[in-house]
Amino acid sequence: MSLLEVRALTHVYAQGTAYEHRALDRVSFTLEEGGFTGLIGHTGSGKSTLVQHLNGLMKPAEGQVLLDGEDIWARQGGIRGVRFLVGLVFQYPEYQLFEETVYKDIAFGPTNMGLSAQEVDRNVRQAAALVGIGEELLGRSPFELSGGQKRRVAIAGVMAMRPSVLILDEPTAGLDPQGREDILGQVQQYRLQEGATVLLVSHSMEDVARHADRILVMDHGRLVENGPVEEVFGFDSRLGDIGLAVPQVTSIFRQLHRRGHAVSPVFTVEAAIAQIEGLLEGGGIG
Amino acid sequence: MNVTLGQYFPGHSLTHRTDPRVKLVLEVLFIAELFMVKRYAGFLLMGALLALVVHNSKIPLWALWRGLRRLLLILAFTSLLNLFYTDGRELFTIWRLTATWEGLHAALFTILRISMLIVGTSLLTFTTSPIMLTDALERLLAPLKKLRVPVGELAMMMTIALRFIPVLSEETAKIMSAQKARGADFESGSVFQRARALIPILVPLFVSAFRRADELAVAMECRCYDSAMPRSRLKEMRMKRADYLILTGMLLLIPAILMGTNRLWI
Ligand SMILES: Nc1ncnc2c1ncn2[C@@H]1O[C@H](COP(=O)(O)OP(=O)(O)OP(=O)(O)O)[C@@H](O)[C@H]1O
Ligand SMILES: [Mg+2]
Repeated sequence: MSLLEVRALTHVYAQGTAYEHRALDRVSFTLEEGGFTGLIGHTGSGKSTLVQHLNGLMKPAEGQVLLDGEDIWARQGGIRGVRFLVGLVFQYPEYQLFEETVYKDIAFGPTNMGLSAQEVDRNVRQAAALVGIGEELLGRSPFELSGGQKRRVAIAGVMAMRPSVLILDEPTAGLDPQGREDILGQVQQYRLQEGATVLLVSHSMEDVARHADRILVMDHGRLVENGPVEEVFGFDSRLGDIGLAVPQVTSIFRQLHRRGHAVSPVFTVEAAIAQIEGLLEGGGIG
Repeated sequence: MNVTLGQYFPGHSLTHRTDPRVKLVLEVLFIAELFMVKRYAGFLLMGALLALVVHNSKIPLWALWRGLRRLLLILAFTSLLNLFYTDGRELFTIWRLTATWEGLHAALFTILRISMLIVGTSLLTFTTSPIMLTDALERLLAPLKKLRVPVGELAMMMTIALRFIPVLSEETAKIMSAQKARGADFESGSVFQRARALIPILVPLFVSAFRRADELAVAMECRCYDSAMPRSRLKEMRMKRADYLILTGMLLLIPAILMGTNRLWI
């Protein structure tokens, strides 16, 4: 397990020109070890910029990123070593596939780590199985797969490095509900198997509510919320102030609550159904 | 990624607002003149003219310097060749190489010419967006259509190419980051290893370029694009009074500098 911490991170794009833009403004937080954290915020709020600092793809001009208490830019193994510990899956990762076969593509990361052939083989097969890519697909060209399959191969390519912190930048963008749920379930499974820490960037409040236990909220480059799901999405959520919505069921339950019904906050449809059924049986709603 | 090809600094100065056709014509004239001036006085006046435009356009000096810096090596090399390989009166001798006074002048002229050429062309691309430049070129070359030169098609090709340079450079940066996140290493190793390291970038880049080309072709097809049809513009270029003034003023001034100074002895 690794502890990832961000201290007063600031990033300004195109500093000193007409296009200057403060994409990150003194952002500080600690990722809970072994936890599943959701990162939400409007388009352009700085989420992708933030996550690229976490594995050293961008170097902080101001502030620090610490891994197990050590600045990632001052570590022994160099910045490449950090990238093997903090795995980052980009937005639309299927566009990074390049090898002749699915197997070789997934093996790219572990091979770069310098693992032995057996270890690479084991990691590749494990990661492929985890994301539901069957053995029969491993020999195929990645360019012959469907969009959803390509996406899962790309995610497996990062999982095969077995990073202890896994960051995914909108891994479900453009997928159907079943595809989204599949991928997020696989991420959960990876987290439990490896005891890894997960940070999920998402535009879907439903996805975040279903899988995350803590939520970070970005707004115009600033971190405006950092707390457990119950707090950030709760009945007195402040997300409305920055134009973000809580999950739909949560919002419906909040309205019920305001009208005097004895309901408690829920964040998923399943929890909502369970609570309503309970109320119906107990005669709470007449 | 740092692609300076046609790096445009938006602004509202007179230099920015001048009709791109005027700027293009004057640029050509300026470059021609650079190669005809034969006296230091001429370079001095041309330099003053250039300084005036730099001042007006508010283009930061570091941006101009960045363009020049890349040519420093070539400049130094050609100057040395000029210095030692021009016949004339001896200036000094090192080993068996003799530098001449004529060579010194030739070297200085080369430096002045090339650096003013770079600054001049940078000014044009810094103050005019690539699309405006292409439009201007198309309009200026329109008479060639009579000679069956496909000016419109060429301009469309250029516009599309220019439109996609930033897209592809952004894409390259993204793919590079994605592969670095998987431990790709582009910075170390032998030349051969570094060339091999490019495969994970080039393959996805080509795949996406072809995909984009395909999508664009379909989109153009859907809108009934026909290269033979005349097209109108969203923003028509119109010469304003200031444009005519600048054009005539410069058309008189630039040749005057040439003719005036070439008679001088320095
Ligand atoms: N290379 C760049 N140069 C200049 N500005 C940039 C660059 N990349 C991003 N920005 C700006 O920084 C801001 C934050 O961008 P970022 O990609 O981090 O947002 P995001 O929260 O990931 O958005 P989205 O949800 O759309 O992915 C945006 O306003 C964007 O315009
Ligand atoms: Mg983003």
